[in-house]
Amino acid sequence: MMGHAAKALPFVSDEERAHWHDQALWFVRLKRDRQAESIPEWEALRESASAIKAHTLSRLADYLEEFERNARANGIQVHWARDGTEHNTIVHRILAGRGITRLVKSKSMLTEECHLNPYLEAQGIEVTDTDLGERIVQLRREPPSHIVLPAIHLKKQDIGELFHKELGTAQGASDPSYLTEAARGHLRQKFMAAQAGLTGVNFAIAETGGFVVCTNEGNADMGTSLPPLHIASMGVEKVIPRTKDLAIFLRLLARSATGQPVTTYTTHFHGPLRGGELHVVIVDNGRSAILHNETFRRSLACIRCGACMNTCPVFRRSGGYSYGYTVPGPIGSLLAPLRNPSHFGSLPFASSLCGSCSDVCPVKIDLHHELYAFRQELVRQKIVPLYKRLAMAGLSWVLMTTWAYCLASRLMRWFVPRLPRALVYGPWNPWGRQRELPQMPRESFRDLIKKEPT
Amino acid sequence: MPKVGLFIPCYVDQFYPQVGLATLRVLRQLGVDVDFPVEQTCCGQPMANSGCGEQTRPLAEKFLKIFGKYEHVVAPSGSCVSMVRNHYAQWLEGRQDFDHLRTNTFELCEYLVDIARVVKVAGDFPRKVGLHMSCHGLRELRLGRSSELMVTPFNKVRFLLAQLRGIEIVNLIRPDECCGFGGTFAVNEEAVSCLMGRDRLADHEKARAEIIAGFDTSCLMHLDGLIRRLNKPLRVMHVAEILERARLA
Repeated sequence: MMGHAAKALPFVSDEERAHWHDQALWFVRLKRDRQAESIPEWEALRESASAIKAHTLSRLADYLEEFERNARANGIQVHWARDGTEHNTIVHRILAGRGITRLVKSKSMLTEECHLNPYLEAQGIEVTDTDLGERIVQLRREPPSHIVLPAIHLKKQDIGELFHKELGTAQGASDPSYLTEAARGHLRQKFMAAQAGLTGVNFAIAETGGFVVCTNEGNADMGTSLPPLHIASMGVEKVIPRTKDLAIFLRLLARSATGQPVTTYTTHFHGPLRGGELHVVIVDNGRSAILHNETFRRSLACIRCGACMNTCPVFRRSGGYSYGYTVPGPIGSLLAPLRNPSHFGSLPFASSLCGSCSDVCPVKIDLHHELYAFRQELVRQKIVPLYKRLAMAGLSWVLMTTWAYCLASRLMRWFVPRLPRALVYGPWNPWGRQRELPQMPRESFRDLIKKEPT
Repeated sequence: MPKVGLFIPCYVDQFYPQVGLATLRVLRQLGVDVDFPVEQTCCGQPMANSGCGEQTRPLAEKFLKIFGKYEHVVAPSGSCVSMVRNHYAQWLEGRQDFDHLRTNTFELCEYLVDIARVVKVAGDFPRKVGLHMSCHGLRELRLGRSSELMVTPFNKVRFLLAQLRGIEIVNLIRPDECCGFGGTFAVNEEAVSCLMGRDRLADHEKARAEIIAGFDTSCLMHLDGLIRRLNKPLRVMHVAEILERARLA
C-alpha cells in the first residue's frame, strides 16, 4: 500500500505547482493572522472553545438527547445512524418515500465521509453539490482536496477547461468572474429544479434544538428555502450546550478558516418551512469509539475550520490527495488512522511535528502531540514495518551502551570521508539525495573537552 | 555538587563538537560550574519520534540516572530539551528526581535568559543574520512567541543576539516556518522535507542573510546539507558559536 510520502511525490515534484499551492494557502493563513490579531481576547476565546468542547464531549449522550428532545418539539424529525451505510439508507428512504429524484447539497464533509453521493446516484437520484468548489470537484469526479477549499489544488485554467467541457463556457476562458458567473447560472437551474436540499451542520444547540449552517455562498440557504424538504446530516460531535456558546465558536470559525470576521451566511434553523419537512440525521460512524479513546478523544473537538491544513508546511507542499482521506492535513492524520490504523498508518508520520497546527487550532487540539502519540500506537499494533522497528531497537541498544556508541560513531567518522562518494550517496541514502551529510570531524566533543582548559 | 550538567546531544557530540565547545565556553565564561558526564549518549528522541516507546524507555531512564543529580541541566538543543520536559513523563512519571530534572533542564538560550539572568551581551558581530526559530524550541519551550499565537511578542534568542554590535537580524517573510528536518521525517518524507528546507533557504537568501543562526543543530544540519549541495552563499551557525565571542553579563 502506498504511504503518504509516495502519494505526495508527484505533487511535490511539480515544484512550481507545489509552490503555488503553498502560497495560496499561506495567503489564507496570513488572512487568519490578521483577523485573529484584531481580537484582543483571541487566546481567551480559544481557551473557552476548548473548554466547552471538552465539557460537551464528557457528557455527549446527554446533550445529544437534549438536542433531540428540543428539535422534535420544534417539529424537526430526528434520525440516528450508527454508520455511513445507515446514514445513506436513511437519507435515501426519506427521498424515495417522497418520490424525489433531484437533490441539491451544500458542503458536508460528513456526506463525503459516508460516500452519500455515489450511493444516491446508484439509486437514480441526481445529486448536485452547490458549493462552487465542491461542484468543481464533483464535475471532475474527484473528492475535495481540502475541507474548506475543496478545489484549492486547481488553477483557474484547470477550471476554465472543465467549465468549457461541462458547462459550455468559451474555450480558453479562465477569468474567475466569468467562470463564477457561468457556475452561478448553471447552479441556479439546479436550485430551481431541486425537490430537496441537504446540508451539513456546523453547530447543533442542545438547549434550543436548533442548528446552524455556515456558508460563504448562500448555497445552503438557496437549497433549503426553495424545496419543501430539508435534510441535515450531522456528526455526533457537532452538538454544543447553549446558544451563548455559539457566539464563541462563530467568532473563531470563519477567522480561523478563511480570515473573515464571520461567514457570509450564518443560518439558524429552528424548524421546517411552512408545509415542509426538516430532518436531522445524527451520525456516529466511529466517533463514539474515538470518544472512548482517552488519548485521542480531543480530536472530536474539531470544528472543521481547516486552519491546520492552511498552516501545515507539509500539507501545503504535498496537497490534500496525498492523505487519501476525506479530512486531510494534521487533523485528518489523526481521524483517518483512528478509523483504520493499518490503512492510514503512514499519516501520523506525515508531519515534521512542528506544532504550528496546535498553535493555530481554534479549539486547541494538541494535534502534533497526538500525532506523536499515535506513532507509538502504530508501533504497538505492529503496523510500522518490522525493519524500522528493528533498526530502532538496534539504535537504542547502541545508544544505551556508551562504549558501543563511541565506537560506532568513531568508525563512522573515520570511514565516511574515506569511502567513495558513489558508495556513500547511493540510492540507499535518502538523506543524501538532495543534501550533503555533515562533515565528519576527526574528534568528537568528548575527545575535545579533555583538551579544554578548565 | 556541580551546578550544571552539560548535555551534548549525540549528533552534536559526534558531528558538531565545536557547538558543544562553544556552549561550554559560554557557560564557563559566566562562571558557571559545568560538568560533562561522559556516560551520556542520547535523549532517545529518534526512537520516540519513530513511535518506539519501549526502545526509548531505557534511554530516558539512563538520562535520569546521569542528570537527575544536577542542579540544572543545559543543552544546546531545543528539541532534546523538549524531549525531557514534555515527553519523558510517559516513562519517568513518579520516579525520584524526575520532577526536579524535568523542571531544571534548559535549552542554552533559556538558561542564559531565565536562570543566569544575562541582560547584557557585549561584542561585535557585524553580519547579516537570519534567525531560524526551530519548532520545538519555539512551540514546545516557548523561546519566543510563535506567529500563530496572539500574545505579546517576545524572543529570548533575539534578545541575546540583537545586543551584539553591528549585527543585523534580517526580516524573514515567514519568521517561523518549519525547515522540514523533523527527525526521521527528514528521511521518511525526503521530498517534502527537502522542499521545505530549500524554501527556508530562499527566504533567508531573499532577506540577504549571510548566516542562518539557530539553537537546534539538527535543523541546521539539514539546512547546511542543502546549502552545501546547492552551493548557496549562506552558512549556518549555532547561537552558542556566536555568543562564545561575546561577553555576557
